[in-house]
Amino acid sequence: MSKHTLSVLVENKPGVLARVAGLFSRRGFNIDSLAVGETEHPEVSRITVVVNADEQPLEQVTKQLNKLVNVLKIVELEASTAVQRELLLVKVRADRPVRSQVLETVELFRAKVVDVAPDALTIEATGTAEKLDALLRDLEPYGIKEMVQSGLVAIGRGSRSITANPALRLAA
Amino acid sequence: MTRPSPESLAQRAAAQRSAPPAAPGAQSAPVAATGAQSLVKSLEALGVEVVFGIPGGAILPAYDPLFDSKLRHILVRHEQGGGHAATGYAQATGKVGVCMATSGPGATNLVTPIADAYMDSVPLVAITGQVARPSIGTDAFQEADIQGITLPITKHNFLVQSPDELPRVLAEAFHLAATGRPGPVLVDIPKDVLQAQTTFSWPPVLDLPGYRPTLHPHGKQIREAARLIMAARRPVLYVGGGVLKAQATEALRELAELTGIPVVTTLMARGAFPDSHAQHVGMPGMHGSVSAVYALQRSDLLITLGARFDDRVTGKLDSFAPDAQVIHADIDPAEIGKNRHADVPIVGDVKHVLEELITALRAETHPARDEWWAQLNDLRTRYPLGWEEPEDGTLAPQYVIKRLGEIAGPDAVYVAGVGQHQMWASQFISYEKPATWLNSGGLGTMGYAVPAAMGAKVARPDAVVWAIDGDGCFQMTNQELATCALEGIPIKVAVINNGNLGMVRQWQTLFYDSRYSNTDLGTHKHRIPDFVKLAEALGCIGMRCESAEDVDKTIEAAMAINDAPVVIDFVVGKDAMVWPMVAAGTSNDEIQFARGVRPTFDEDDL
Repeated sequence: MSKHTLSVLVENKPGVLARVAGLFSRRGFNIDSLAVGETEHPEVSRITVVVNADEQPLEQVTKQLNKLVNVLKIVELEASTAVQRELLLVKVRADRPVRSQVLETVELFRAKVVDVAPDALTIEATGTAEKLDALLRDLEPYGIKEMVQSGLVAIGRGSRSITANPALRLAA
Repeated sequence: MTRPSPESLAQRAAAQRSAPPAAPGAQSAPVAATGAQSLVKSLEALGVEVVFGIPGGAILPAYDPLFDSKLRHILVRHEQGGGHAATGYAQATGKVGVCMATSGPGATNLVTPIADAYMDSVPLVAITGQVARPSIGTDAFQEADIQGITLPITKHNFLVQSPDELPRVLAEAFHLAATGRPGPVLVDIPKDVLQAQTTFSWPPVLDLPGYRPTLHPHGKQIREAARLIMAARRPVLYVGGGVLKAQATEALRELAELTGIPVVTTLMARGAFPDSHAQHVGMPGMHGSVSAVYALQRSDLLITLGARFDDRVTGKLDSFAPDAQVIHADIDPAEIGKNRHADVPIVGDVKHVLEELITALRAETHPARDEWWAQLNDLRTRYPLGWEEPEDGTLAPQYVIKRLGEIAGPDAVYVAGVGQHQMWASQFISYEKPATWLNSGGLGTMGYAVPAAMGAKVARPDAVVWAIDGDGCFQMTNQELATCALEGIPIKVAVINNGNLGMVRQWQTLFYDSRYSNTDLGTHKHRIPDFVKLAEALGCIGMRCESAEDVDKTIEAAMAINDAPVVIDFVVGKDAMVWPMVAAGTSNDEIQFARGVRPTFDEDDL
C-alpha cells in the first residue's frame, strides 16, 4: 500500500464533509489526514485527503467519490509535482538550562516560537510530514507537553489550476 | 488545438445546466404559496400521478393541499409498504415512484425500501417530514436524522432549509432519481418549512454542477469491443438489470440475433430477452441453470451489459469465467473494474452502447460458432430445469409456480418475495417481456412482494399482477392487502406455504446437518395464521389449494376475479429444494444439478 493525496473539490454546502468521510469509512478506507477549507470560489470547498491504499481500491474509492452529487472534481496530487504542507503546534518543556538549545532547534528548522511561559515554549512549524517528524524527534528529549497537527494541504506546482475548469461551472 | 474562448466556455457551461424535466404546459408564473402548497404543486408539475404514504405530525401540513390535489394519494398501512409500493410502481413503468412519510419512525420505516431501491437501482423519491428547524438536533418528539441515516443508501438526499428551495430541490430529486444509474433520493422537509410562506413558480433551474452522467460511449471502446466480439470463439452476452432500466431490450435482441451469440439474463434481467428465444441459455448464478453457469465459466468473452458481477452470479470470484476477456458496459463507472477487471470498459447508457455496437457489427459476417452452440445445447438438453415430485405425496411448489406462469401467461406481471419461491418463480415462469418480473435482487428483502405488487397494479391497472410470496415473507407485509381491498387494487397473491423459512431450512439441510433451528413457522403444524381467514379479514378473497389436481382450477378461479384482491394459500411440501445450486463461497465449477449430483462435461470439448 502507498500514500495518496487526493484533492477533492466539493460544493460548499452543509453535510458534504460527512458524505465524503462516510464514504471512505464505509468502503473500508482509513483516512490518514484530512483538511478542508474554502477555495478562491466561495461556493467551492477543497478537501485534501491522504489515504493509504493500493492502486485498484484507490481507483474504486475515487469513482465512488465522483458519484457523490456534491463532488465536483477529484485530482490526485503526486508528491513530486505538488507542494505539500502540514502545520504543527507543539508545547515543549524549556526550562532556563535548556531554553537556548530548544531555540537553536527552532532556528535550524525555521520554525518559530509563538508563546512563551517560564518553563515551556510553544513552537509553530510548517512543512512536509518528514520535516515535522524530524523536528519532533529533535524536541523529544526536552519533553513534549502537548502537540497538535493539521491535516496535510497540497497544491500542484506550476501555473495550472485545478479549479479553473469549465466543468466546475463556477460563476465568473 | 485551439483554446476555447472564455465566452464559448461560458456558453458551454450554460448549456450544461440541463432544464428540469417539466412538461412545457406545466410552466407557472410566480404565485404566493405555503411550503406545503409549493411541494404539492411541484409534484404535480413533475407529472407525479400517485404517492404512497401515511400522514403524521411533521408531514401533516403537506397533507392539507394534497387533499385538494389531482394527485392520487394511497394511504398505506405501514411506511415500508409505501416504499416498496413506490418501487413496484417504478419497476413496472420506469417512472419515478414516490412515497411519503412523517418524521422519526415514519421515516425510519422507509429505510428498508430505500436500501432495497438503492441496491436494485430503482428510481424512487421519498419525501419525509422533519421536526421544525429550531427543534432539529434537540432530540425532539419524533425526531430522527433521516438524512444521516440514509446517507449510505441513497443516490443523494436533501434536508430542505427554506421553502423557496422546494421546487428546485424536488426537480433535482426527480432528475437524480431517474437519470444516469437510477436510484432512491430522499427529500426531508422540516415542518416549519412546509408551513412558511413562499413563492411557487415553475420550472426551476437545476443546480447540480457535480452531476454529469456519461450517456454516450467512447467510439474507440466500441470499436475495440466489436473487434473482440468478432474474434471470440465462445462469447456470451451477460445481461443485467441495466438493460431493462435503459429500455434497451429491443436493441439487445437485435444485437443477439445479428451476432448469434448466446444470452444469459441475471435475476434482475429476467424478461430483458425472451426466455423462449433459441439463443437464451438461462439465468446464471447461485441457482442458475447449468447451461447459463457453464456458458459464463467456459466463455472466452463476456459481453457484460448493465450487470455488476454480483457475488450471486460469480460465485467464488477468482475462479469465475477464468478464460474470459471482459467487455463491461455500464452507466456507472464505479461498477467497471469493481469486482472483475474489464479488458474493454465502456461507460454509457447501455441502449446507446448496444446501438453503436450494432452499427459497428452490422456489416460483418458473423461466425456460426457451431462448436460452442453444440456444447451449450447439449447442456440444455441434459440438464434442463426441473424437479422431483416429493416422496411424501405433498404438493410440489415448483409445479404450482410453473402452472401459474402458464395460466397467467407472458403478459402478467409477477412479483416475488425473497427465498425459495423467488428462485422457483425466476426458474419456472417463462418471461418474454420487459417489466413482467419484479423482485428484490440486491438487498433480498423479505416482504417485498405484496406491497410491490400493489404498486405495480396501480401503475398498470389493466395488467394481471401476481405476487408470488412465501409464508414467511407474506407475514411481514400482508397488511397492505387492506390497502389493496379499500383502494380497489385487485392484486393476486400466491402464498407458497411450506410452513417454514424455506431457503434457510434448505441451508440447514445442506450445511447444518438438518438441524432446523427456528425455521418452522407453524403455518402448517398449527395453521397459524390461517391465510384464508387472514385474507378474508383483510377484505380479500381467500382460497386454499393442497393438491396437484386443484392447482389449475384454483388459479383459474383467481384469474376470474377482477374486483377484489385474491389470496391463495398453496400448501406445499417443506422438503423441496432449489436446484441447481452453487454453494455460497464456492466456485461456479462446483455447481450441483441436484443434491450430490455434479453435471458431467465433455472436458475435451471445453
